[in-house]
Amino acid sequence: MHTVQPPPIDNAVRDRDETLPRAELEALQLTRLREVVERVAHVPFYREAFALRGITARTIKSLDDLRRLPFTTKDDLRRHHPLGFITVPREQLARIHGSSGTTGKPTFVAYTAKDLQTWSDLCARFLVAGGLQPRHTVHVAFGYGLFTGGFGLHYGIEKVGAAVVPAASGNTRRQIEIIQDLGAEVLVCTPSYALTIAETAREMGIDPRRLPLKFGHFGAEPWTEEMRQQIEADLDILAFNNYGLSEVIGPGVSGECAHRDGMHIQEDHFLVECLDPDTLESVGDGEEGELVFTALTKEAMPLLRYRTRDIARLTREPCACGRTTVRMSRVTGRTDDMLIIRGVNVFPSQIEEALLRVEGTTPHYMIEVERPGTLDQLTVKVEVLPELLSDRMDRMQRLKDRIGKEILTVAGIRANVELAAPRTLERFTGKAKRVVDKRGQN
Amino acid sequence: MKLPQLSVFLENRPGSLLEPLQVLAAADINLVSISLADTEQFGILRLVLKDWEFAKSVLEKDGWVVNVTDVVAVDVDDQPGGLVKMLAVLAEAGINIEYMYAFALRRNVKAVLLFRFEDPDAAIEVLEQAGIGVIQEEELY
Repeated sequence: MHTVQPPPIDNAVRDRDETLPRAELEALQLTRLREVVERVAHVPFYREAFALRGITARTIKSLDDLRRLPFTTKDDLRRHHPLGFITVPREQLARIHGSSGTTGKPTFVAYTAKDLQTWSDLCARFLVAGGLQPRHTVHVAFGYGLFTGGFGLHYGIEKVGAAVVPAASGNTRRQIEIIQDLGAEVLVCTPSYALTIAETAREMGIDPRRLPLKFGHFGAEPWTEEMRQQIEADLDILAFNNYGLSEVIGPGVSGECAHRDGMHIQEDHFLVECLDPDTLESVGDGEEGELVFTALTKEAMPLLRYRTRDIARLTREPCACGRTTVRMSRVTGRTDDMLIIRGVNVFPSQIEEALLRVEGTTPHYMIEVERPGTLDQLTVKVEVLPELLSDRMDRMQRLKDRIGKEILTVAGIRANVELAAPRTLERFTGKAKRVVDKRGQN
Repeated sequence: MKLPQLSVFLENRPGSLLEPLQVLAAADINLVSISLADTEQFGILRLVLKDWEFAKSVLEKDGWVVNVTDVVAVDVDDQPGGLVKMLAVLAEAGINIEYMYAFALRRNVKAVLLFRFEDPDAAIEVLEQAGIGVIQEEELY
C-alpha cells in the first residue's frame, strides 16, 4: 500500500525528545503521568473518580495503570461548565479558547502562560517536521478566535522564527493578492480552503501553480489522500496533515514529517490509546478505534483519557525520519454525529436547539451537508407549518433570516435555510436520521 | 370591503403551481383572482375565490398549508392618473401598502386592484372618505 519515497524535504527534528529511545520516552511518560494525576487530584470530577477507584499518584506504578484512570468526555466538560476542570486558580490563566458544544454553549479550555509555551513548541515541532524554516513567510488563513486553529499555528510559526501573516478567514481574492504581494511560501488553513484558494485564483485569471507557495500545513477537518493529491496538483505545493483538538491542547497533538506516512503523536506530552468505542478495550495496531488522549504536561486543564470520538489507526513501526513516536492515520470517521463543516465542529443537536428558538420550525427538519465546489455547504430544510406561513414575502424572508441567525448564534456557522412544503421531509418511526452528508460521494 | 384571500406555500419546482390548482378544479371551485409571489426557493400563491372556506378545507385536506388574510379590492378610474389619485390619498393618510396586484373583472371589463394593507379597515375608511370606490364582495363573485 505504502511506497517508500525519498522525503521531499529535510528530515528536520526540532527537539531531541521527539527521537528518544522508547524506554526513555516511556520512563518520561510515567513520571509525567504521576505528576498529572497529582495535579488533577483536587478537580472535583477526578477527586470523586479517584476516591472510587483508590487512585493516587503513588498507585501509578507503570503506564499500564493508565487503564485504571477514568475517561473524560465532552459531556463531563459540559456538566462542569464553564471551567470546572481547571487545576490552577483563575488568576493564573493566560488564555481561554472554546470549541462547539453539543448545545449552544461552547466548551471552554484554559491555558496557563506555560501551557501556551508548550502549545507553541508542539506546533513548532510539526511545522519544522514539515519543512518550516525561519526564513519562510507563512500565510495563516485560519479563523482567529475561540477556535484554537488560528492562534495555535500563529504562535508555533513565531516560535520557529518564521514570519506570520495572520490573514484569518474570508475574502479569498484579497488573500490571494496578499500571498502574491508578500511572497508567502507556506499556507496554513483547512484543506478545503486550500482548494478554494486555487479555484478563486483561476477565476481571477491567476495560475494557482504560479503562486509563491511551496508547501502547506492543513488541518481542522478530515480530508482524504485524493484531496491531498488535488491540493498538491492545483497549487503545486507539498501538503502536510496535522491533527489536534482543543480539549487536548489544539493543533499540535500530531503532525506529519517529511515522509508523510501518518502523523507523529507528540507522545512526550500526550499518552494515546486507540480503543473499541463499545468495549473500551484497546484495538491492535493498524486497527481502527477511537483515539483517547491523556495530557501529560498541561497545567491549567489537563484531561485524563479524553475520548475524542475520532476514529483512526495507530502504528508503532519506526519511521525513517528518526522520530520514535507512534503515528496515527488520518481521521476516518466519528463515533458520534458531530459534523465538521468548513473546519467548524457542528452537532445536529445545536441545529435543533437553534430551531427550537423559532416557534413552529420543529419537529420536521433536515440537515444536509454538501460540497458543491471546494467548500462545504450546510443546508437546513424546515417544513412550513400553518403558523409559519404568511401571505407576505417579507415576513417569509424574515423567517428564513431568523432561522439562519439562530443557527449562526448557536452553532457558529452560516447555513442555507430552505423552507419546504409540509409533509415533504422524511418522517421517522425509530431514531430520527436528520443528517444527510453528501460529501465524499463524488 | 375586505375580501378573504388564501395564501398557499409552494416550493419552487416544476409542477408545484399545478398541483393545488388541480385540487381546486377537481372540487369544481372557480378562481376570481390569482397572483404568485416567488423567490428562488419558494413561492406564495395568493387566491381570491368565492367559496374560500370550502377551498381552504379542500386544500388543507390535500396537505397544503393555507393562510387567510384580508385584502381590499379597489375599482380604479379607467383614465390617466386614476391610480395616482388613489395612491396619493393613501400616502397622504400615511397608509402603507404591503403588496398589490391587478386583475380584470370580466363582467364590466374593469381593472380591479387588490391591496394588502396592514390595517385594511383604516385604509377602507380613508378611501371611502375620498370617494374612491371599494368593491363589494357581490360584485366580484
